[in-house]
Amino acid sequence: MKEKNKNSGGNGQIEDTVLKGTYKVKVGLAEMLKGGVIMDVVNAEQAKIAEDAGACAVMALERVPADIRRDGGVSRMSDPEMILKIMATVTIPVMAKARIGHFVEAQILESLGVDFIDESEVLTPADETNHIYKHDFKIPFVCGATNLGEALRRIGEGAAMIRTKGEAGTGNVVEAVRHIRTIVGHIKKLSVMGDDELMTEAKTMGAPYELIRWVAKNARLPVPNFSAGGIATPADAALVMQLGAEAVFVGSGIFKSGNPAKRAEAIVKAATHFRDAKILAEVSKGLGEAMVGINIDTLNANELLATRGW
Amino acid sequence: MSKKIGVLALQGDFEAHQRMLNKLSIENIAVRKAEQLEDLNGLIIPGGESTTLIKLLHAFDLADPIKEFYKMGKGFFGTCAGSILLAKEIENSDQFRFGFIDITVERNGYGRQVDSFEDDIHAKEFGKRPIHAIFIRAPKITACGKSVSVLAEKDNSILIAKEKNVLVSTFHPELTDDTRLHSYFIDKCI
Repeated sequence: MKEKNKNSGGNGQIEDTVLKGTYKVKVGLAEMLKGGVIMDVVNAEQAKIAEDAGACAVMALERVPADIRRDGGVSRMSDPEMILKIMATVTIPVMAKARIGHFVEAQILESLGVDFIDESEVLTPADETNHIYKHDFKIPFVCGATNLGEALRRIGEGAAMIRTKGEAGTGNVVEAVRHIRTIVGHIKKLSVMGDDELMTEAKTMGAPYELIRWVAKNARLPVPNFSAGGIATPADAALVMQLGAEAVFVGSGIFKSGNPAKRAEAIVKAATHFRDAKILAEVSKGLGEAMVGINIDTLNANELLATRGW
Repeated sequence: MSKKIGVLALQGDFEAHQRMLNKLSIENIAVRKAEQLEDLNGLIIPGGESTTLIKLLHAFDLADPIKEFYKMGKGFFGTCAGSILLAKEIENSDQFRFGFIDITVERNGYGRQVDSFEDDIHAKEFGKRPIHAIFIRAPKITACGKSVSVLAEKDNSILIAKEKNVLVSTFHPELTDDTRLHSYFIDKCI
């Protein structure tokens, strides 16, 4: 136990009760992003448009998922110079992506001072067995999940926020809906189970027993639960939020559309009034062309990003 | 008369504030539209992103009704981003603010997320037991007018301040189980 000094009363003395990089502080930032929209941006100009439209954070990356899909090849952490430019341009939190299991990319992003790291299936995985041990870091991580077991494994490793994976870069919300329904459904099921059933449930889901118990007792995830992957319209955002997501990530959906600034603003408004159909109708008017989108069943199994992660 | 409190629910951790009010058995609602202010005794502006909150305040025509609400003598409590919105001065910024409390704030005054921290702070008004304070990309209150009471400070930064019916903290009491600040707000500002 550290010795607690009396309040220094403004003499500039550094007190040793200060704790940085704790799990509470990490989850705290995720709490602040609730009800908001986190937007993918590839340069400072887009970051500014996103901030002006009311984004609560931006995700800095070199190519949005739709382009990653088109270009193929190995997709990696973005150029630190680009990330730093975006950090210098906006006052809202800046997130950046590291490859699954690539803890050195995460170390680099941490050293840049980004506010959140997305250990993302959108990039090419660097480890096909292990994810990053996120408790080792001072900054928070968000990870994708398709079901509750996967969400709780990531939380066990130290994730401070969970998002559905959806199917990034498709502009098709069907997978995000599947994942949020699956996660929320699992949570509901746990909440009515008896204590004697939880160990087997932990075994079946491949999730840490203590977290299974926590979810069963509290009927929610221990960290904020956001949605991502295919959200392209205000109605898509409101849909996943009515299904239980607490905020949304929009990737290709904004800057691959006809009028990014207007669409971004509309999705921000939809995230606030996600239960108000009149306002949703109002903000959905005249947004111009949405991104074209891809039907998931036309993709080959090896083109699916959501299956990355273990 | 029983008190009813609104929590501005445009974006941010408004549900955490509602949890605190529920713990204190105070009737409360999430405020997204101006007409919801009508029968309230006070308004909490939660943590979140101040630029997002400002955008939405204007998009949904809430700024003027909230100013009217203030003129009626209602209570206000702002945490973190909420304290920025309620402040009179924001360093190096011309962004919108209500200016209901005569303080000067510096946005992200401690740095980025990597500098976010928890700390035990002492404030006489709230008893001997320290308040466990969680600071998330927190603003710093760097100065205040004469009519402002400083309720807690540390290292030349004001952490809790009050002027008339307006209370602010730069940290997030709503992220802990400690209801003392909310209780104080209900008792002294409403």
